Amino acid sequence: MSAIADSYQDLTRRNRMGMWLFFLSEAFLFGGLLVARFFLWGNTRPSMEPTMIGPLAVSYQIIPLLITVVLLLSSFSMNRAETAIAHDDRPTFLRFTLLTALLGTLFLLGVLVFEWGWRMEEGNFVLGRHISPTDGVYGAVIYGMTGMHALHVLSGVIMLLLLWNLGRKGHFSAREHWGVEATAIYWHYVDLVWVFFYPAIYLIGVGVHAAAH
Amino acid sequence: MRILRLGLVQGLFGGLVGWVMGFSLVVAMRLLLGLPAAWKTGVSGPAAYEPAMVVAAIFFAIGFMVGVGSMTDWLKWAVGIKTPFHHGARIPGSPEWTRYFSVDYSHKVIGVQYGVTGILVLGVGGTLAMLFRLQLAQPEMKFIAADVFNTMISAHGMIMIGSILLGVGAMSNYLVPLMIGANDMAFPRLNAFAYWINVPGALLLMIAMFIGGWNTGWTGYPPLSAQAPVGVQYFFLGVFFIGLSSILGSVNIIVTTLTMRSPGMSLFRMPIFVWAAFATAIIQLTATQLIGLSFLMVLTQRILGMGFFDPGGVVWYEVDKWVGGGNPILFQHLFWFYSHPAVYVFILPGLGIISELLPVFARKPLFGYKWVAMSSMAIALVGFLVWAHHMFVSGMSNFLRAPFMMSTLLVAVPTGVKFFSWLGTLWGGRIEYKTPMLFSLGAISVFLIGGLTGPPLGTVTTDMNLHDTYYVVGHFHATMFGGFVFPFFAALYYWYPKATGRMYNEALGKLHFWLMTPAFWVMSLGQIFVGMHGMRRRIATYEVGLDIGTAQMMVTIAGFVIFLSVLVMVLNLFVLSWRARHAGANPWRSRGLEWQIPSPMPEMSYASLPVVVGEPYDYGKPGSTYVQFAAPTLAHAPLAGGD
Ligand code: HEM
Ligand SMILES: [Cu+2]
Repeated sequence: MSAIADSYQDLTRRNRMGMWLFFLSEAFLFGGLLVARFFLWGNTRPSMEPTMIGPLAVSYQIIPLLITVVLLLSSFSMNRAETAIAHDDRPTFLRFTLLTALLGTLFLLGVLVFEWGWRMEEGNFVLGRHISPTDGVYGAVIYGMTGMHALHVLSGVIMLLLLWNLGRKGHFSAREHWGVEATAIYWHYVDLVWVFFYPAIYLIGVGVHAAAH
Repeated sequence: MRILRLGLVQGLFGGLVGWVMGFSLVVAMRLLLGLPAAWKTGVSGPAAYEPAMVVAAIFFAIGFMVGVGSMTDWLKWAVGIKTPFHHGARIPGSPEWTRYFSVDYSHKVIGVQYGVTGILVLGVGGTLAMLFRLQLAQPEMKFIAADVFNTMISAHGMIMIGSILLGVGAMSNYLVPLMIGANDMAFPRLNAFAYWINVPGALLLMIAMFIGGWNTGWTGYPPLSAQAPVGVQYFFLGVFFIGLSSILGSVNIIVTTLTMRSPGMSLFRMPIFVWAAFATAIIQLTATQLIGLSFLMVLTQRILGMGFFDPGGVVWYEVDKWVGGGNPILFQHLFWFYSHPAVYVFILPGLGIISELLPVFARKPLFGYKWVAMSSMAIALVGFLVWAHHMFVSGMSNFLRAPFMMSTLLVAVPTGVKFFSWLGTLWGGRIEYKTPMLFSLGAISVFLIGGLTGPPLGTVTTDMNLHDTYYVVGHFHATMFGGFVFPFFAALYYWYPKATGRMYNEALGKLHFWLMTPAFWVMSLGQIFVGMHGMRRRIATYEVGLDIGTAQMMVTIAGFVIFLSVLVMVLNLFVLSWRARHAGANPWRSRGLEWQIPSPMPEMSYASLPVVVGEPYDYGKPGSTYVQFAAPTLAHAPLAGGD
């Protein structure tokens, strides 16, 4: 509580507190999106056409499930990376940081390409394999929630890449690695948000089909 | 050229570059996708390029923040360059005044930056009010066209809120570290960022008036805001960036308060203003996200067609195809979940100032210190439970009315605690009527008007008649002037000698007070009166038949007197007192920590460690001490830099 000495430990204590306050703040943002979902959808959810992957018709539920698994796995690898640097094990730290970024990127691709359905059609980008942002409240809420979350994942991936680059140059040690810790808790936090978003979008409520589209 | 090296100038340049980049990016992408450059046909000007305008505004803010230099350190950290923290000017050798126009990490510089920007923005908002009050002075006046009038009242509302938030930031950034005996905030870089992001935010609010304006009022309700001219987008984004400042600033206040207090300063020995700033920060940290979200949702509805608030002719729950289903009531819930607690953001710091000043000028202990401290927290928390009292006639579910009415009336309890503490403190005191004290007393009288007009609005039956009338306008101007403007001016006069080392001109200070306070009573009671006689809010003119012309004229005249009186203050503080006599370290004989060090304060406020050994407000108790100073320390461990 001294007003004058500011050791690395003091600063880290403050940084940690600041970070958790930021999470508290963000919880209200994500909470607001959940409120919007329940206010607008009530006890319903959109039920979509199967996705065609080549000749295979795959339930639209498969891809969200897969990317959810990918994201949860990434939290494990993030944790491995953090533990590694806490033991001064740089190679493992670097490997798992990169792996986490990779899994995060996979998740993003899953949202952007398979879930949102960006694809090339006659040289043009076309949006919306299942549902597009303009499809009433269903489209609006799905794109609002996944979009806001994807933005956070994207920023997390960028932070991971920066972390990896710094680690490669010899930054961070078992004693001083606040940067790693911050990125790790941010990553877990964004993961946790998805744990609430995924069921809210895909599992809860009675499926409603779009009328002839 | 020194001017060109100022952060502000570089920021504006960066912002311009960013704007052009953002605009071209969208147009180029559209052309690449084989779409026409213009987004909408059949309209011309900015409206035809709305998505490009929106992206341009976001790039404008980013460009500004990079250009001004508020992100330089962070960008360096990202690639592994260390930037050790040191106190003092960031560019060694540059003259002192340049620090105020560039990124600076000292909380005292940042506090002044907030304050001066706040007063400038106040001037802009006030000028708008003067203009449209001219039109309202008499019935059937039409020299301001209706759409321009709408833009002006909308801009007045939100610009004034911006100015209040800047003023709140000024007080909490300047005072909290000083009052707890810290040399700076916990995150100085974040602090600078949180200040500077206000500048593009405020600029966007002002630009919004010139790219078509908007006609929604400060609340921006859809469906109107979903169809308003494109200016509404800049209004949304301006608010968004100012809100970001609130969130980041509040993180700083909370961490600073919790971790950087002097030895001996337990929570219940903190100055009462610190409690108020802390409670305010809790609201800003959390609730602000919701106004951001609600505005973002309308923004995307407009440019991406995401129909959150677009009912589209389909009844809720009977959606059988994926069109419509949106609900504008959702917007009001999200919006007021922030905007009601926000009114406590406006007033809690001001009420804290009142509680801070009364004991000094009455030379008596603050009555019921613990109760006052806890009442700030209670107001902040109960404030989260009352938002729907703004929606009694909105068409929300009827069963919500009674509970929100009761929770609303509950807020009167902690507010009453403050009132009785003020009365108890004044009771039997030997009051010195110096300008800061006059403004504190004026604040109490004005806040009383605001507080008494609140319950009729919180009661459903009476609110059905009063909603959207000038009565509401009278109510909230009284609360905001009593809770913010008067105490803010009191604080300016009170800490002016501390900040500058000079004493303001007392006679002009009193003139300011005696012009402003009676004028405000007239204005406020006049607004309430015309409201009860049928004057609606947000209309460009009214009929002769309402028979309120005289009252309206008085409101306008009173408004002009208030405007004039503020000019007197600006003249006093920023022009005349510049070379006035030296004030000495502690002209008010205050017990506060910051008054025990020289005026103006050195770069490192507390060269020797203050140790708190007693109660903060034991005025008039012989032999009581609040703070002692440890022996001067010779060396300071440099901050290793960590935001
Ligand atoms: C005694 C406590 C208070 C009560 C019971 C109360 C109640 C209300 C109610 C019910 C309304 C909605 C009126 C309507 O639109 O029909 C309202 C409006 C408003 N109040 Fe208060 N209020 C209180 C104190 C305050 C304070 C301290 C502030 C601080 C600045 C404040 C600021 C506002 C504002 C800005 C509005 C208008 C919002 C708009 O533009 O529609 N009120 N108040
Ligand atoms: Cu309210």
